[in-house]
This record gives sequence, C-alpha cells and structure tokens, in this order.
Amino acid sequence: MSIRDKACIAGVYEHPTRKAPDKSVAQIHAEAARGALADAGLSLADVDSYFCAGDAPGLGPLSMVEYMGLNVRHMDSTDTGGSSYIIHVSHAAQAIAAGKCDVALITLGGRTRSEGVSGAKVRNWGPNMPDVPYETPYGPLTLNQYAMVAMRHMHEFGTTSEQLAWIKVAASHHAQHNPDAMLKNVVTVEDVLNAPMVADPLHKLDCCVVSDGGGAIVVTRPEIAGSLNRPVVKVRGAGEAHKGLNAGRVDMTTSGAAWSGASAFAEAGVKPADIKYASIYDSFTITVLVQLEDLGFCNKGEGGRFVADGGLISGSGHLPFNTDGGGLCNNHPANRGGVTKVIEAVRQLRGEAHQMVQVPNCDLALAQGTGGSLATRHGSATLILERG
Amino acid sequence: MATIYEARTMQDPEPNPGDTPYFEATADGRLLIKRCNSCGEVHFYPRAVCPYCQSADTQWVESGGRGEIYSFSITRKAGPIPYAIAFVTLDEGVAMMTNIVDCDLDTIRIGQRVRVVFKPTEGGYVMPCFAPE
Ligand SMILES: [Zn+2]
Repeated sequence: MSIRDKACIAGVYEHPTRKAPDKSVAQIHAEAARGALADAGLSLADVDSYFCAGDAPGLGPLSMVEYMGLNVRHMDSTDTGGSSYIIHVSHAAQAIAAGKCDVALITLGGRTRSEGVSGAKVRNWGPNMPDVPYETPYGPLTLNQYAMVAMRHMHEFGTTSEQLAWIKVAASHHAQHNPDAMLKNVVTVEDVLNAPMVADPLHKLDCCVVSDGGGAIVVTRPEIAGSLNRPVVKVRGAGEAHKGLNAGRVDMTTSGAAWSGASAFAEAGVKPADIKYASIYDSFTITVLVQLEDLGFCNKGEGGRFVADGGLISGSGHLPFNTDGGGLCNNHPANRGGVTKVIEAVRQLRGEAHQMVQVPNCDLALAQGTGGSLATRHGSATLILERG
Repeated sequence: MATIYEARTMQDPEPNPGDTPYFEATADGRLLIKRCNSCGEVHFYPRAVCPYCQSADTQWVESGGRGEIYSFSITRKAGPIPYAIAFVTLDEGVAMMTNIVDCDLDTIRIGQRVRVVFKPTEGGYVMPCFAPE
C-alpha cells in the first residue's frame, strides 16, 4: 500500500518564541497545537490521533493527550531524534490510509535554550544502552560526532571549510527576512571561517542555534483537506531509514538519507531535479552537505561544489533550501529541527513564504531530516510534498 | 600552534551485564573484541548476540591493539581542556570510538598508525585509548 495522495497537510504552526523560561514544555506543545489547528480551520474536537516524540514530557502521548484535552483513537510516539516529526507525517498518512484516523496532530516543544541543553554537552539517554560503556567515557558530544563526519568527508572528497561555510551563508541570506529568526545578520564565508573553532573542522557558525520553541502539524485525509479554506498540500511520498556503526564496519560519509530518499522518490514517482524547494536538516553545515549528496541532488563527494558560491540561496542558487533561515539561523526547538523543516516546505507550497525567498511556482517540495548522531547512529526521514 | 595532550577526567563506562570481561581486560592492559564462533565475523562494540547471525556463541578475543585513525575531531571549546575523539579501525577490521592521547593533538591525521594505551576513568575503570606509533 502506498501513501501517495492518501493524506494532506492541512495546518502548520511554528511557535514564535525562541526563549520561553516561564512556559512549561506541555504548554509550548499545546500552544503549537492550537496554532496548527487554527491554521487548518479545525478544532480540538476534530483531532482523533496524536503523534509526538522524546521532547514530549512523561509518557509522551499519555501525558500530552490528557494535558491538551484530546480524544484519540490512534497514537504514535516513534522517536528518531530530530527527524521524528517528518516520520510522523508519514506514519499519520499511513494511519489515515488504513482507516485508523481522520485528523492527526503532531506536536513538538522544548526549552533547550532555557535549560542549557545543547550539542556541546554529553547527553544522557538513560540506563541499559548497549553502546554507552564503549563510548561515553571518550566524551562524545553531538558537536564532535558531526565534526568527525566533516573531517572524514574532507579527507575522502577534498571538501573544504569554505564550501561548508557557504551553507551558513545561504541560511543567513534567508534568515534576514524572518523577524522571528535568532540570527538575522547576513554572514560571509570569512565570518564563518573567522569564528572560533569549536570541534575541528567545525567553527561556531557551522553549528545551529539553540532555541526554546515548538511547532505542530495537522495531517488529514484529502476529502477533509479539500473542504477547508486553505491551500491543499498533498503527501506524495515518504521514506525512513536507520544508519548505525554496522558492527564496526564504519562509513561516516553516507547517511540514512541514501535509503530514506530513494524510498520517498520511488513512492512519489519523481526525481531530485523535479524538486523546486528543499528543507534539509541543518544541525550543522556538514549535515546539509551529506544529505544533499545522499538524496541525489548531486553525486557523492560533489556536495562541496554544489553548495559553494550561493548554490542554496533562493532566487539565485540551483536549489533553494531552508528559506526560513533553518536551524542554522532561525530556530532549532528542543534541539530537534524536523518539525520546522515540514513547516517551511508547506509555506513554500502554499506560496506563503516571505516574498523575498518564495520560490516561484513551487509545486513540489522535499523535507529531509536526520536525528541522533550522523557519525554513530541516526534516523533519517524524507518527505515529498506536492501543491494540490 | 601545538595542543599538547592533557589527561582528561573520563566518565565511568557504566557497564551492562556481559561487559565485565572487557573492563577486566582493560584493567589488565589488554583490548578485547568479540568474534562469533558460528559465522566467524568479528564485531564491535561487543554484544552477547552476534549481529551477523544471531548466534549466542560469541567469544572474547584479544586485539593486537594496532590500527589507523578513520576520523577524529579536537573538541576545543566544550570541555575544560581540549581532547581528541576519534574512530580507530583496528587491524582486525572493526572500528571503535576512542580518544587519541599522548601527542600534540594538532598533528593528528586520518590514516595515521596508532597503538593502544590505557587511561583510567574517574571511578577506576580503564579505557583503551590510542597514541601515534
Ligand atoms: Zn555470527
């Protein structure tokens, strides 16, 4: 069974906050949910299924369904880190296609900035993890794990810091038009290279922002989406993948996007050249580069040349990406950027992106996410969306 | 520029059941990996059940402790002192996370030959690290 054309995204909402020390995490989720339902023109009573991941407090759906006053007949708490919410859109489409629900609500929310949680600290995911005794003493941080991918990519393919810097430059060109963005100043390649080296070869500006915030997505069946007074955005294809250390046969320069992308393109019946706009998870500049290669926007090893000289800048580059400023400049709520990737893709397909970055005649868009650690183990999710 | 290695306070590994022989060996100055007696494949990190064939007949074997750096990064700002995290591909064919130690961190290169050395954690465990040959 394919999910192609079985479901639509009817509502999205990006919480405008970037610092919310006085809000609870549950409150941020609920405010995001209210925003997305209002955007769709639906109400709390219309929701019959709920999706969340590890940022939701307590037992995920059990805590949040109660807090928000939902009445659901389907729940999913798949957690693949920052890519979770892209996978949730796919799982919601599957559940809708299977008749398990009609209106699916996906939420994310967190206070990572207020709580001082960032990729520069050793994360503790709890007891019984099989890898921890063999890794944690060595000081693995999100930061240095992605840095090892960049180092290996440079070694194998000659990728340069200048090329990686262009990814931040492109994001900053877009963020200048987003009043909610954390970093609104346009930066140059020199600015990135002159920023402090935090984990070789990544500079401070190769990293995403740390923000409080949240977001929500409403997925529904096409008949319902068509009855609402909003542009229709159809789910055309999706894929998900896991990539790990392969029991010690390590290959850091290929991500799970190689498989999630292939699945999504096959289901959608389109190819990378058909995509008018791409949201690409940008925890770090290297994350973008590896995913672009693995999705097939360029060949493996050619990502550096693909992104250089403004290749990703809307209006002048060959592939407009992250026109909200992305995680690199705008927002990375709960250290999980998947939800904002879907939201900006929906804005582009509706023609509701900022006019300075709106892609003309944007009829096909892609949202790509990874979550976890690109170097060790991560989830990858690819979603292809189409203007109705 | 030089960034001479300084001893870093290492967190304890918090072993799970089944990990004990590995850390008894490191305390004794030996690095163990796992080999499956059913399919013959070696794997890392060590598991009780073979990830290639699901056999429970996996055996600890001693590594020669030599290999080459697959990738690395010097964490400059996030810790109290700079340190080099890395993956080293052992001559037995499996790669493991580690720290590169006992050298000028600014001279570390991918492909560099390294040998195992052993460094204590804060609670008295011993972790295999690697130094240039
Ligand atoms: Zn086996």
